[in-house]
Amino acid sequence: MLAYILKRLVLTIPVLFGISIIVFLVISLIPGDPATAILGAYATPENVEKLNRELGLDQPLPVQYVSWLTGVLQGDLGTSYSLNRPVVDEVFERFGPTIILAGTALGLCAIFGLAAGVASAIRQYGWTDKIITVVVLVGISTPSFFLGIMLILWFSVRRGWFPTGGMYPLFGTGSIWELLYHLTLPALALAVVATGVVARLTRSNMLEVLRQDYVRTARAKGMREPAVIGRHAFLNALVNIIPIIGIQAGFVLGGAVYIESVFQWPGIGRMLVQAISTRDILLVQGGVLVVAASFVLINLATDVLQVMLDPRLRRT
Amino acid sequence: MAVSSVGSSTAGEQTRRSSRPSLWSRLRRNTLAVIGLVIVVVIVAIAVAAPILPLQDPNLTEPANRLIRPFSEGHLLGTDQLGRDILSRLVWGARVSLAVGIAATLIAAIIGSTIGLIAAFFGKLVDQVLMRGIDMLMAFPYLLLALAIVAALGPGLLNALLAIAVVNIPFFARSVRGTTLNLVQREFVEAARISGQSDRKIILSEILPNVLPVIIITMSTTVGWMILETAGLSFLGLGAQPPQADLGSMLGDGRNLIINAPHVSVVPGVLILVLVIGINLLGDGLRDALDPRLASGALTRPVACTDVARAEAGPADRTDALLTITNLHTQFHVGDQIYRAVNGVDFSVARGDSLGIVGESGSGKSVTAMSILGLVPTPPGKITEGRIDFDGRDLLDLSLHDLQDIRGSRIAYIFQDPLTTLNPLMRSGEQIAESLKRHQGLSARDARRRAVELLDEVGLPDPPAKALAYPHELSGGQRQRVVIAMALANEPDLIIADEPTTALDVTTQARVLELLNELRRKTGAALIFITHDLGVVQELCERVLVMYAGRIVEQGPVSEVFGRPRHPYTERLIACVPVLGQPDRAVDAIPGLPPPVNRLPDGCAFAPRCSLAIDACRQGEIELRIVDQHHAARCIRADEVGHG
Repeated sequence: MLAYILKRLVLTIPVLFGISIIVFLVISLIPGDPATAILGAYATPENVEKLNRELGLDQPLPVQYVSWLTGVLQGDLGTSYSLNRPVVDEVFERFGPTIILAGTALGLCAIFGLAAGVASAIRQYGWTDKIITVVVLVGISTPSFFLGIMLILWFSVRRGWFPTGGMYPLFGTGSIWELLYHLTLPALALAVVATGVVARLTRSNMLEVLRQDYVRTARAKGMREPAVIGRHAFLNALVNIIPIIGIQAGFVLGGAVYIESVFQWPGIGRMLVQAISTRDILLVQGGVLVVAASFVLINLATDVLQVMLDPRLRRT
Repeated sequence: MAVSSVGSSTAGEQTRRSSRPSLWSRLRRNTLAVIGLVIVVVIVAIAVAAPILPLQDPNLTEPANRLIRPFSEGHLLGTDQLGRDILSRLVWGARVSLAVGIAATLIAAIIGSTIGLIAAFFGKLVDQVLMRGIDMLMAFPYLLLALAIVAALGPGLLNALLAIAVVNIPFFARSVRGTTLNLVQREFVEAARISGQSDRKIILSEILPNVLPVIIITMSTTVGWMILETAGLSFLGLGAQPPQADLGSMLGDGRNLIINAPHVSVVPGVLILVLVIGINLLGDGLRDALDPRLASGALTRPVACTDVARAEAGPADRTDALLTITNLHTQFHVGDQIYRAVNGVDFSVARGDSLGIVGESGSGKSVTAMSILGLVPTPPGKITEGRIDFDGRDLLDLSLHDLQDIRGSRIAYIFQDPLTTLNPLMRSGEQIAESLKRHQGLSARDARRRAVELLDEVGLPDPPAKALAYPHELSGGQRQRVVIAMALANEPDLIIADEPTTALDVTTQARVLELLNELRRKTGAALIFITHDLGVVQELCERVLVMYAGRIVEQGPVSEVFGRPRHPYTERLIACVPVLGQPDRAVDAIPGLPPPVNRLPDGCAFAPRCSLAIDACRQGEIELRIVDQHHAARCIRADEVGHG
């Protein structure tokens, strides 16, 4: 088991390198002169010259990459020109709120998605199944940014049950209750699509697993249905669903960009949108790099979870 | 297994008869897909027709008429913050959103499919390089990569379109590569290669047409997202720039007015929602129609217990037998077809008795056995008539709860393939212990200890270690010993073994059978042994039933039935068995196939294959009649069998 985790950990290194290359290359996509693009059309030639030197843009690409990566590995992601502070500081300050929001949404989608999928499968063709299928279909098709606005309209503006945005009240105490109060609507809006996807795939995986011989064996042994469904069917289905939840982490992290903008959540997604509008490329680079790296780690975690559940995968 | 062969023997004929309905007719039968199609067609038609529709200028600002509510005169859907007509903007915006979404889909499909085709066709290094690149793209959270691209290229609708197309390339590359990999090994591609066609020609004319369905499925499942995501980028202000507007930017513009004029954002939002629902419904329908294996509705799961739908139970056959089955009918209802898998079966098993059931696959022997504890899969299985008396109680009358108390405790099953019948995620000892805890109420510790003892009793070396092993860590023979230990765990009165050794190699077979026989004798359990191996029956059983097309055609003591068969089918079955040391003996298979059990002929079901058949064999009901004390056969010419 430990050997597997270590092996899997080693395998993530090339992936992280690949990500760093793609993020790095983004800057070379910039049409025209990157320094001018970053500093704006009214930049003085001296400033352009200075930035060019700082970014090493006069060097060939591989050399640029090595020096950029060296900086990244030392925790230097450059300086944000719009905020005038190190990118690293800004990114990590914004990362926490995103993790809270995306993590909550991922947890919600796993719990509700699995529950709905299992309920749907064991009541196949029944009313529960039909209702869940329709709800899931609408959920999957819902633009999360639109849902967010609607939630604000219904529950914040009209009923005043929840705040319209932000993470803490301006003059609050910063308690967990204030956080949950502010977190509820954005986390729900963010979780809906992923919940639908998880529910759908849980249903089809459960249907597949319930036809397996070992489920018949469990029934032939006289096990009660909750044990048959839970211990024998669900755990086997879960082996296939865990990676799907891992993939949803990617969609939730991406979707956070919309939801953070709608709910003025002070996370990395909102930072990215602002950075793009101000053409603060270094900030975008830093933000994308950190979120992508965390996604790789989440996938690593889901892989490990899957292997813990299924002994067959331990054969390396 | 009988169930699957019952289905498959006739499924082939059905498809041939209906000769694969066209894509359109398959799609049309799917109500949800039709709804989706209608939604998509209506929205696309309106968007395409925008220039000729009597709409106001979408960009005409009328500050005096700002934020008019919907359903007002002159402005059906109201006006926005600049007094522009929302209906008109909606139609023109939908046009932009659709165009952008479809363009992004086409770009992603063309580039992604090309990568997938090339990677799979050339393989080796080309494949490695391309697919590692695709893996890198997949390592990003989908939307973030798109944001990075937009950040570099600058905000704008075209850049948003490109960004969304790029992040969708991997989906096409992966699915097309997978399908192509299967194709390149097929004969027709090989033939084209040998005939000297160029790689390009092979890819374009041989492979591409075959991967097209996969490309279409992937397009139909991704186009909805692409419309959503480009709308999302516009919503964030990174896509369509004023004065150009798509549905996303309309929603984005309206969101600040949510308190005073919610309609400005609600209207475009609802349209996006409806459009994407339509696309997803249609996409699911297309996927099901193009690739029936993926159809979500094709999978049905068996419920906890076979449905019993009999008019009345019928009188109990008062015998002192352990198990008495009376006039059992078990059917499979598929569509309007009724498959009579078990078509009126009677037999009984005394305590300590051993009964063999033989017959070809599809003869109903497994279904008969599974009917006893309600393990025939429902849907589509159904017990429609008869009764099953076990130790004074009709099992078909029991509640699920009571039946579960008998399952695994008084009656135990041993199924065919020990690899698939054991739960792959549970240690073998745990699977035995589970049954002990359930029926004997043992503590976890005692159950585990007892499980190890049982593994010792079934002759596994090093039982404590084997109890901790997962099924995949054991050999086939060892796994079947675990299954036997599981069956014996609660000292059942009756063991039903359904071809328990078919999946094992010959030497292991013999040892497992010996073990089963020995343990059965020791515990005094009765045995029902289902097999197509007559030799095994001869060794293991005292009595034998021969089944054909869902009925018993002959029954009696093994020595009598095999010594002097009285049904032509039994006679032919015996003739099929090769005898060791007699290589010259003619082993002739029985000509023809058993009749499909959804269209049984009148009279004897074996008549079409029988050399003794006369006209009387093909009409009416032929009774199972006593031919000799304990020996019965369902044949009107029973006395002539073996003489001619």
